[in-house]
Amino acid sequence: MRKYFGRKLIIYLLTFFLAVTIDWMIPRFMPGDPVQNMLARVSASTNATAMAQLYEYYSHLFGLDVPLWQQYLNFWKSLFQGDLGISVYLFPTPVAAVLKRAVPYDMALLLPAVLLGWYTGNKFGALAARSKWLDNTISPLSYIITATPYMWLGILLAWFFGIVLGVFPIAGAYSFRLSPTLSWTFIGDVLLHWLLPFVSIFIVEFGGWAIGMRNMIIYELESDYSHYLEALGASKKLIRRYAFNNGVLPQITGLALKLGVVVAGALVTEVVFSYPGIGYLLLAAIQNQDYFLIQGCFLFIIFGVLIANFGIDIVYVLVDPRTRRGMTGESA
Amino acid sequence: MSLQIENLTVHYQTLRGDVHALESSTFNVRDGEIMGLAGESGCGKTTLAHALIALAPPMKFVGGRVLLDGEEMPIWDTEKMNDFRFQKISIIPQYAMNAMNPIRKIGKMVEELLKSKKVNPKSVMADMNMKLDLVKLPHEVLGMYPIELSGGMKQRMVMVISTLLNPSLLIADEITSALDVASQKAVAEMLVMFRDQGCCKSAIVITHDISILYQIADTIMIMYAGQLAEKAATKTIINSPRHPYTKLLISSLPQIGVKYVENQLTGIPGKPPLLLHPPEGCCFRERCPVAFEQCSQVPPFIEIDKDHYVACWREVGSNA
Amino acid sequence: MKNQKKKNEFLYFALRNKKLLIGTSVILIFLVLAIIGPSLTKNEPFDYANPLGPQPPSSEYWFGTTFFGQDVFSQFVHGLRATFFVGAIGGGIGTLLGMLIGFVAGYRGGVVDEILNAITNIVLVIPTLAVLLIIAAYLEVRSIFTECIFIGLTAWPWVARAIRAQTFSLRTRDFVDLARMSGMKSSRIIFSEIAPNMMSYLLLAFILQFGGAILFAATLDFIGLGPTNAISLGLMMQYSVLWGALQLGTWWWFIPPGLAITLIVGALYSMNVGLDENFNPKLREL
Repeated sequence: MRKYFGRKLIIYLLTFFLAVTIDWMIPRFMPGDPVQNMLARVSASTNATAMAQLYEYYSHLFGLDVPLWQQYLNFWKSLFQGDLGISVYLFPTPVAAVLKRAVPYDMALLLPAVLLGWYTGNKFGALAARSKWLDNTISPLSYIITATPYMWLGILLAWFFGIVLGVFPIAGAYSFRLSPTLSWTFIGDVLLHWLLPFVSIFIVEFGGWAIGMRNMIIYELESDYSHYLEALGASKKLIRRYAFNNGVLPQITGLALKLGVVVAGALVTEVVFSYPGIGYLLLAAIQNQDYFLIQGCFLFIIFGVLIANFGIDIVYVLVDPRTRRGMTGESA
Repeated sequence: MSLQIENLTVHYQTLRGDVHALESSTFNVRDGEIMGLAGESGCGKTTLAHALIALAPPMKFVGGRVLLDGEEMPIWDTEKMNDFRFQKISIIPQYAMNAMNPIRKIGKMVEELLKSKKVNPKSVMADMNMKLDLVKLPHEVLGMYPIELSGGMKQRMVMVISTLLNPSLLIADEITSALDVASQKAVAEMLVMFRDQGCCKSAIVITHDISILYQIADTIMIMYAGQLAEKAATKTIINSPRHPYTKLLISSLPQIGVKYVENQLTGIPGKPPLLLHPPEGCCFRERCPVAFEQCSQVPPFIEIDKDHYVACWREVGSNA
Repeated sequence: MKNQKKKNEFLYFALRNKKLLIGTSVILIFLVLAIIGPSLTKNEPFDYANPLGPQPPSSEYWFGTTFFGQDVFSQFVHGLRATFFVGAIGGGIGTLLGMLIGFVAGYRGGVVDEILNAITNIVLVIPTLAVLLIIAAYLEVRSIFTECIFIGLTAWPWVARAIRAQTFSLRTRDFVDLARMSGMKSSRIIFSEIAPNMMSYLLLAFILQFGGAILFAATLDFIGLGPTNAISLGLMMQYSVLWGALQLGTWWWFIPPGLAITLIVGALYSMNVGLDENFNPKLREL
């Protein structure tokens, strides 16, 4: 088991290192000068010397006036201090603060949608695998759902429930006329705004996992241990239960692999609903050429995905006894 | 009588038609008898075993009766058969090494299996421990996962599980095929021990290795292309077989100590017929050295001597 | 004689497989539409054809017009072409790259395998959209082909994994050992013994990549990182949302593109399952 985790940790550390480097590198090697852009937007002064002074001041402030390699080291240093720089787009708010505001919305959207989608999708897939009738109705539907682009489902839901029926709001995390308080109206309003984006992501996740689980169960029902239990006359319930327990394992690793896709899906959904999560923020940062915010968002996403991966790896070890005992016994 | 089979016919459904895998088989197995079931690949022995315990598509029940201890077994009805499985009839499968759920501790799996059959696990505990001792497995094995056992250990564990409820009939499907010679001996001896200790009343041992059967079987039944050829006491089959196929089969067995240069290995020329459209009459006709016109009709499987059954027109006359 | 029988058996099951039939038909319909569609309309996608602005579908404008009075049908069929192009090329690049890496890793084993495996895992873990966002955002001009390359460069790990696993299992099969023992050259073994067995996997992998590429392209297009000088189904959706289609209720602008993508990708998945059943006799329903 130590070997298992050791390997995984190395990969994650490597990935993190690579990601941070890419993160730092790309904005700096792309055309465009962030300080210039920022100055161009904020000030209207045509005084050349004043502009030059401002430019120097901000370059220093952002740490852009030192040689590249020093910038790189500084970057790592401030990373460990939790300092992600100052946002250019939302100057003078520090990036960390901007991120902190956006994170709860992402968590509120992603965690329930992914976890619930995974759980119910698997349960449903298992059901479909044993009932021919259910299989013929649910499976084609699930394939269509998985084929649906996240954003289109979001648009459909927004249009139908938001505009046509007028039941749900389709922009923001809460109504603009309200300010955050711990009142029922506010919480209700937040939930109202949250529901459509959540459902949008949930449905697509559900479809995908249902199909996957159904196929896994069918595969497990053909295994030797299933046949043996049948030959010994075990109850169908027991056979199904074993098939499910075995079939759910690859679904767990599958979840780790799908995280990248889910993040992308959440991003577009946030765009459709103008929901102020990290994805939405990232887009705004790119459009406004805010170096530091881009870096911050990107880092946060990478970090989140790596942690989630690691968490899933831990869960997997707890659930599959074979990884604990290692392949030390003969298997034939 | 422990097991009575009457005119059992089972076909396999394929797109191109029915494969006549088992055709009108009639035979008995007594209490306490270990019957060896031997024949070439595709002769129908595995079909027979599976038909008795788990008849499922693409297998199709066509006709016949199966009686175990005088009670009719509804092998065509999967639901009703569940009452018989494990308690009255059990199987040690060919895939015994992979037969246990890989992510469940063995003891837990057995417990859940028993509970699902409405048997109290505690009532079988003492018996289980006794059987574990019989096969020389430590009791701790119940707390382990299948992956922690070696191949031989897994096989022995499956033998214990299959006989846990002391079934009347135990079917052993190629249990020695994947083992080395020493393990083969151990497993074969265990089987006899089980029968002697009452863990099962009678057994059908399926194999293509006749030499094993010579060691442990009381009777041997030879099958060919879905039809029964001969059934007799082991010594009779080996030393004085009557069916032409059996005679050729026995004579083609290599003997230890006899070199090829001295005595060439003989086989049986030709191939078994395809059972999609089986030939009329005796299936062995084309390869039989003593076939004649009468063979175009299916020979009856009749008793020509005490407990010696043969399906051959040549032998029918000698009974008179 | 035997090969003939095998091919016939394959076709026999293939033609009877509902999923395969339905999937292929849907794809063919859209393909035909993509090919002949643009010649059915006289308007270019970005022409300001209708002075009245957004209009619902009518006999003159089959899919209605956009906020700017552009012909939605024209945008649709041109967009279909782009979508198919990206799916094929992007998916193709991903499949080829994945096949190469997976195969080398599986066949060589050892250190080469460890390194390639590590690289595959790293690329798998990184949420590639985030990387692409940053890269694509800084490119002033993006063509469809650039988008294909992006997609190919990020989609290959899935294929690599599958091909690597399959290579592993094939490598130890008897017929490969036999070929090696009879002195066949390595490259010949690869081409004549291993490759044919991989064909079915590659076909399945390509179909999935095709669908995935279409979805991913739609995502990129939607958030504004699509090609800067073309029209695609994803771009249609982006424009429609950008220009208030939701509030104005111009549903004819965003429903057709999304529906088309859903149907095409769904058909591809259906083909995939159907082919899988075909290749694997155990899954066939009698």
